[in-house]
Amino acid sequence: MATASDGREDPAAEGRFGRYGGRFVSETLIGPLEELTEAYAEARQDPAFQAEIDRELRDFVGRPTPLYLAERLTRRAGGARIYLKREDLAHTGAHKINNTVGQAVLAARMGKRRIIAETGAGQHGVATATVAARMGLECVIYMGADDVQRQAANVYRMRLLGAEVRPVETGTRTLKDALNEAMRDWVAHIDDTFYIIGTVAGPHPYPGLVRDLQRVIGVEARRQVQEAEGRLPDAVVACVGGGSNALGIFHPFIDDAEVALYGVEAGGEGLDSGRHAAPLTAGQPGILHGARSYLMESPEGQILGTHSISAGLDYPGVGPEHAWLKDSGRAQYATVTDEQALAAFHRLCRDEGILPALETSHALAYAEELAAGLSPEQLVVVNLSGRGDKDIATVAAQEGIEL
Amino acid sequence: MSRIAERFRSCRAAGRTALVPYITGGDPAPGRTVELMHALVAGGADILELGVPFSDPMADGPVIQAACGRALAAGTTPEQLLEAVRRFRADDPGTPVILMGYANSLEAAGYRAFVERAAAAGVDGLLTVDLPPEEAGELAPAAAEHGVDLIYLVAPNTSAARLERVCAGASGFIYAVALKGVTGAGSLDAGAVAGQVAAIREATDLPIAVGFGVRDPESAATLAPVADAVVVGSALVRLIGEHGDAPGLAERLRDAVGALRRAMDQTQAEGGS
Repeated sequence: MATASDGREDPAAEGRFGRYGGRFVSETLIGPLEELTEAYAEARQDPAFQAEIDRELRDFVGRPTPLYLAERLTRRAGGARIYLKREDLAHTGAHKINNTVGQAVLAARMGKRRIIAETGAGQHGVATATVAARMGLECVIYMGADDVQRQAANVYRMRLLGAEVRPVETGTRTLKDALNEAMRDWVAHIDDTFYIIGTVAGPHPYPGLVRDLQRVIGVEARRQVQEAEGRLPDAVVACVGGGSNALGIFHPFIDDAEVALYGVEAGGEGLDSGRHAAPLTAGQPGILHGARSYLMESPEGQILGTHSISAGLDYPGVGPEHAWLKDSGRAQYATVTDEQALAAFHRLCRDEGILPALETSHALAYAEELAAGLSPEQLVVVNLSGRGDKDIATVAAQEGIEL
Repeated sequence: MSRIAERFRSCRAAGRTALVPYITGGDPAPGRTVELMHALVAGGADILELGVPFSDPMADGPVIQAACGRALAAGTTPEQLLEAVRRFRADDPGTPVILMGYANSLEAAGYRAFVERAAAAGVDGLLTVDLPPEEAGELAPAAAEHGVDLIYLVAPNTSAARLERVCAGASGFIYAVALKGVTGAGSLDAGAVAGQVAAIREATDLPIAVGFGVRDPESAATLAPVADAVVVGSALVRLIGEHGDAPGLAERLRDAVGALRRAMDQTQAEGGS
């Protein structure tokens, strides 16, 4: 299909996805972003760079991850065959490590010895701390103070891995505030510090860089589904917070017009309640964290607090390429509530012996409904973006159980 | 001649470096802003910088972020700040006012609509921290049409090639960020700032203001001889944070600006003797 911008295919270019994306940052960050853009453009020309990433993904991360036919879930849904792309089986238990491995290799190549990152649920923080340990780099993780409370186990994991976790007490004390604080750190330490953004958001070149590093999910899934079924799937489903796991699996299918792409946002307590995290579904375009994309904002442009049962989706913005995919109609976006996600979480545990992350459970809930409306010959691939061990305290609390 | 150009001209004629205090509009409450603006001028301000509070002020340090939080908690809207400028302007036709803020406030209002309303209220310039010249495609023509200056930041790590580009899009003055960091951070190296200002002078004839990290009269005095203007923000905003509810806030601000003014004038008098 036609592309709206060269930026979609070439993150070394302008970094624009139609009218979205861009580089809306303070002057102090322009220099480091240009340096990063050039370093990445140069690295992409070097076969040794991709070879090193491939080796790390195979030997350290455990790729390729399987594409798994969820037979009992399929039978329950009663329609299309449901395949799960098992990113939960990647090292550290989520897709996040695909990105951190790549950026850490780039950081080392640029001679940066200090890594910083923001994290919401803690998965990106753990994935960053993990590669920093693996490569002997200093690591500081910014995390909203409320998330530090909600995700105590992940905080401890990061510390075990040698990272310093800095709770962020400002603003809404969640992911967006952690991102603000990481940006501030970067501005003050640009000479020796590499900022590993965890999703396909932020200023150019990050949305394209992270997308490129996550594409491996879709590249594998596309090959695997063809091996298993001899054809492409009818639909690909993924949850969308910032949107990296979704873009990673969507991107290699974008030119396959027969494959429908569905992104699932956090409906929280329902769109009418106002307590949700669904900028693509219920927000409007605006500028936050260096890019133009859909946002949850007030009429005056103040960023609104969000709510989701899953910390990883609890973010008022979304990657700019998703905004472009939405406007162009190539991908469709829907929401799933906390309650629906929880029910899907339990079904996957019981039907398939897999504890999915609460983020991922949003995609599962939508996929089951979608599959039910399709015929048994049709295929739905769900990105099982992460495992749910980190969430068991949250789930238990829903049932009044304290672990 | 714009109010900003006129003010730099008169400062230069008087042999003084312009003093540009910053306060966050609507802090501690939108109803106080006009009074505080007049207090800054009474203390010796030459140009006023009024922050438009934003929920996620990424380029600011904790002091100004807290001020944004107070202003928003008090219900401050951009429309109220424009009303404050209008009222200020009724009593003070000469002191230039610059709105400093973030792109999303303009994006939400619509760039052209925002500029029209700002110009009508008596705003002279816009400094939009996260809207570098490359992203100002919608704003620039509207600003030019309405005679509103676009002030851009130049950082210590801005390359020479980029400096040319930034200066080409700028009007009013150039705002040199004196340190790598957020507002209110770190300590200044006057020698490095002098070098930075010299490099900017090669690229433009516009006046040059220096800010970020000017925390007290002493540092303002150090910078006064090397720049056309010195911007002081966090130090004043901290005063509002500490004394916002107490009586005499306006007097405190006036006196703090007065102390900055005296320190700057003294250095220049010594330098000139």
